[in-house]
Amino acid sequence: MELTKIHTDFPLLSRKVHGKPLVYLDNGATTQKPQIVIDAITDYYTEYNSNIHRGVHHLSQLATEKYEVARKTIQQFIGAQFSHEIIFSPGTTSSINLVASSWGRANVSADDEVLISAMEHHSNIVPWQMLCEEKGAKLKVIPMNDNGELIMEQFESLLSSKTKIVAINHISNTLGTINPVEKIIAMAHDKGSLVLVDGAQSVAHMPIDVVSLNADFYVFSGHKLFGPTGVGILYGKEAILNEMPPYQGGGDMIKSVSFEKTTYNELPHKFEAGTPNIVGGIGLGKAIEYINEIGFDFIIEQESQLKNAATKMLESIEDVKIIGQAKQKASVISFAINGFHPLDVGTILDQLGISIRTGHHCTQPIMDFYNIPGTIRASFAFYNTLEDIAKLRAGILTAKTMLS
Amino acid sequence: MTIEEIEREIVNEFDLFESWLEKYEYLIELGKDLPLIESSEQTDENLIAGCQSRVWLHAKLAEGLLVFTANSDAIITKGIISLLIRVLSNQNAADVLGAELKFINEIGLTEHLSPTRSNGLVSMVKQMKNYAYTFSNTK
Repeated sequence: MELTKIHTDFPLLSRKVHGKPLVYLDNGATTQKPQIVIDAITDYYTEYNSNIHRGVHHLSQLATEKYEVARKTIQQFIGAQFSHEIIFSPGTTSSINLVASSWGRANVSADDEVLISAMEHHSNIVPWQMLCEEKGAKLKVIPMNDNGELIMEQFESLLSSKTKIVAINHISNTLGTINPVEKIIAMAHDKGSLVLVDGAQSVAHMPIDVVSLNADFYVFSGHKLFGPTGVGILYGKEAILNEMPPYQGGGDMIKSVSFEKTTYNELPHKFEAGTPNIVGGIGLGKAIEYINEIGFDFIIEQESQLKNAATKMLESIEDVKIIGQAKQKASVISFAINGFHPLDVGTILDQLGISIRTGHHCTQPIMDFYNIPGTIRASFAFYNTLEDIAKLRAGILTAKTMLS
Repeated sequence: MTIEEIEREIVNEFDLFESWLEKYEYLIELGKDLPLIESSEQTDENLIAGCQSRVWLHAKLAEGLLVFTANSDAIITKGIISLLIRVLSNQNAADVLGAELKFINEIGLTEHLSPTRSNGLVSMVKQMKNYAYTFSNTK
């Protein structure tokens, strides 16, 4: 695979920022889009824009077909058994809220427990907090060690017959930790608990097989997967989804409506009320076709090289401390520079054309754990290069000189 | 000097800078140099929480003029604060309330005062105006 060829697949990567060539290291927040995804979006609006699932006319048939092909592409991408287990949503946050609201309200009662971890994104904390408050249930937190790894012994002792669901991220967006979700799922199932995996940070970086993981729910966003914003996925096991009450009412999710009684549509439409993000779904399908072409062998090798080089580079700079030193770690690197506010460093790097993220990354409990105001985070995708890392190094040195 | 005269003076100073580097070095110097607030006034009550950096703002009335002191934990934020204080402190409340602060745009720092910036500066300017409103009504 030619890296220069890959670079040209992403038109935005060749732009300049503040007059300098862009160094894009904020892939944990969102990834850039390959030309074929951008073309798919244009193609939809110029060639066959129409509403899906109902129209008898040609364009509606065409749009419906493309949307459903995308669903199948996504199904195969994560190894789901059926395409109706793939529910389109506006994103990871919406997918989690759907489960917390629909499954949660029907299955969690007073004195039950919901288990999350100390390194969850706010999106995988707040919906469960709201559910627990409403039901009088308890939210319990699996602690982590100083390296940013979950303490599995503590997880084991927190699990009990009261645990109804464990909601855990596959990869931490702040620390880069790859959590042992397969083991977590097996342990939770032993106690009769379900598991929801927040895959927002994992799907673009490693192959996922929801069947071999045995995940009950697996959720992710399209825009972190080289697809458009505003579209995401909820995967759920057929039997569980069938048992769940609908989440939102409206068009597309019904079988028949009278003022006395409404019967609901079958999966996946039961959870897809209203006109969906049609172009988003089609664009996401294209993005996955693109990833399939690149292949995870290449992605994993490239990102592991970037992670190792960036780690080594950061360790060589005085006063830099990497936050999150898990043994199993993805290409997401948070760091702090002793004596400097992350926002100041980020502001200088931005002037140099380097896009990194600063702040708490929607994980305030992690900042409290390390007692820091925020971190500077560089998160890589397979299109990043060793040259990007050299530029980051030069940028950090400039920032240190200017701010000292 | 009036608010607009001070703004003009700052714009002229910034005109001398040839690159972003000089401009930010100057802001950082401003951030380092100025003792902005009494430690006894750097309290939670005076804290304006931004998403990323924190800003403390104190206001008092002295001889009919508004006097602001402030601080931040981020140094570039602090540099911009010192400019805002230079413009708005020791002015009467009505003038502070009416100040448009066009100089921020003219010296190319608009992005730092954009509501999406989350550094606390937008809230700080709003709070300065609130103080001006309160003091102009209590006179």
